[in-house]
Amino acid sequence: MSKVLAIAMVGIKELVRRKDFYVLFILTALITLLLGSINFFNEDHIARYLKEVCLLLIWVAMLVMAVVTAARQLPSELEGKTIFPLLAKPVSRVEVLLGKFAGCWLACGLALLVFYLFFAVLSASREQTLPLASYVQAFWLHWVMLAIVTAMTLWGSLLLSAPSSNATIVLIISIGILLVGQHLNKVAVQLSGLTGVVTAAVYYAIPHLEFYDMRSVIIHNWGTQPWGIIALATLYGACYTAVLLLGGWLAFRRKVLNP
Amino acid sequence: MENATGQARGEAIVEIDRLQVEYRPKGLRQAAKMALRGISLSVHRGEVFGFLGPNGAGKTTTMQVLLGFTPPTGGTARLFGVDVRKPIARQRIGYLPELTYYYKFLTAEELLRFYACLFGLSRAEADRRIDGLLRLVELEGVRKKAIRHFSKGMQQRIGLAQALINDPEVLLLDEPTSGLDPLGRMKVRQIIQRLKQEGKTVFFSSHELGEVETVCDHVAILMDGMVKAQGTVGELTANHGQSLEQAFLKIIGYAPREVA
Repeated sequence: MSKVLAIAMVGIKELVRRKDFYVLFILTALITLLLGSINFFNEDHIARYLKEVCLLLIWVAMLVMAVVTAARQLPSELEGKTIFPLLAKPVSRVEVLLGKFAGCWLACGLALLVFYLFFAVLSASREQTLPLASYVQAFWLHWVMLAIVTAMTLWGSLLLSAPSSNATIVLIISIGILLVGQHLNKVAVQLSGLTGVVTAAVYYAIPHLEFYDMRSVIIHNWGTQPWGIIALATLYGACYTAVLLLGGWLAFRRKVLNP
Repeated sequence: MENATGQARGEAIVEIDRLQVEYRPKGLRQAAKMALRGISLSVHRGEVFGFLGPNGAGKTTTMQVLLGFTPPTGGTARLFGVDVRKPIARQRIGYLPELTYYYKFLTAEELLRFYACLFGLSRAEADRRIDGLLRLVELEGVRKKAIRHFSKGMQQRIGLAQALINDPEVLLLDEPTSGLDPLGRMKVRQIIQRLKQEGKTVFFSSHELGEVETVCDHVAILMDGMVKAQGTVGELTANHGQSLEQAFLKIIGYAPREVA
């Protein structure tokens, strides 16, 4: 476990020193503050509008950050050949993979926390209320979703040699699931024959990232969701993350490394 | 076990037996390539073992197998009696790659601490070893400096320090002085000599025949994936030529042509 954490900490240090997060955060903060300062809607709706825009920006920024970060983890180790001194130590490939995953996920968690704190301050300053429990739930589910996306990207990085191709494909899949994932079963019912069966199979096979989207709950102040549902969603996310990491390990286990 | 001069050799630490590595073709038109054709050798405790051969002879492939990067397609390779494919086999070894492959965004101290952690060293033990190693490789003054700001020689020295972080019993050095200036080469050679005096086992590949002659007890010469000759430097020069260079050229079958 200490080896996995050590590898994860190196990943976090790299992210902090590369300053990608700062750029994303400053951009998100600037856009949100700019929109918040312009009062072109009536006062009743501006807070809700601001929350919606801010949350959308946080979702986009975090998705990009998780995918881009995870996509370059193993390829940069292989390209820079830092994998060789690493694997020359008593470290197994599964520990390297788990370390990379943990590093990305923890770093994304830290970034997400900063984003949600910013959002909470902004929202509280407009609405004079702070529904902390809802924010904690939204943060947690968002983080669990990023675990699935990170694991998917790491697996992809072992199958596709170019990080940019991998990042693009994972982003398309993730956004696709978020936008149309929940409607696939309805489409499947309307289709006949093999197409319908395939669509239904896809619906049941994909990780439903939209389960983790609590933006509407926060924007409309619908209150706290049952904690049992949050626990189930966490378990669902953990299962998908484990399956995706298993796929990554199977791809990494037999990969021939040539210095 | 005794060598030809009757000197007893210690316990075998590195054991390679009929090792074969075949690279499968990537395309239909490519043929499979035999990188190693059943090589056998053993490195014993306290020896400095030089691994010589022209480019493409199979030296790096042998290192890759010993480090578990490349799976053998035949034969066996063991470190301390443990199959090299098991990560635990690497618990007591140190490895210095030919080129400097380290996390450039880390400082020298952070890099060594990271590798110390992978060996499960306690914080106190890691601190003690990091201080000692930075002193040994003369990088104490730049311990807080990021590796990306290091010169090539400094990077090679931090590489040597990371290879020694676990106080290894065996050191695998892949062309440790490659690309270094004469001063850098001398420093690395001095460190190898010092490790030899401390009784460490060193297995290193090199193109520097003078260096091999100076520091090695045993030498193996590799050509086309096969061990063409092995023994002490004295045995090789006695059987094949007056100097190690002459012996090496004769063994690999090099016949110089006269320039018109």
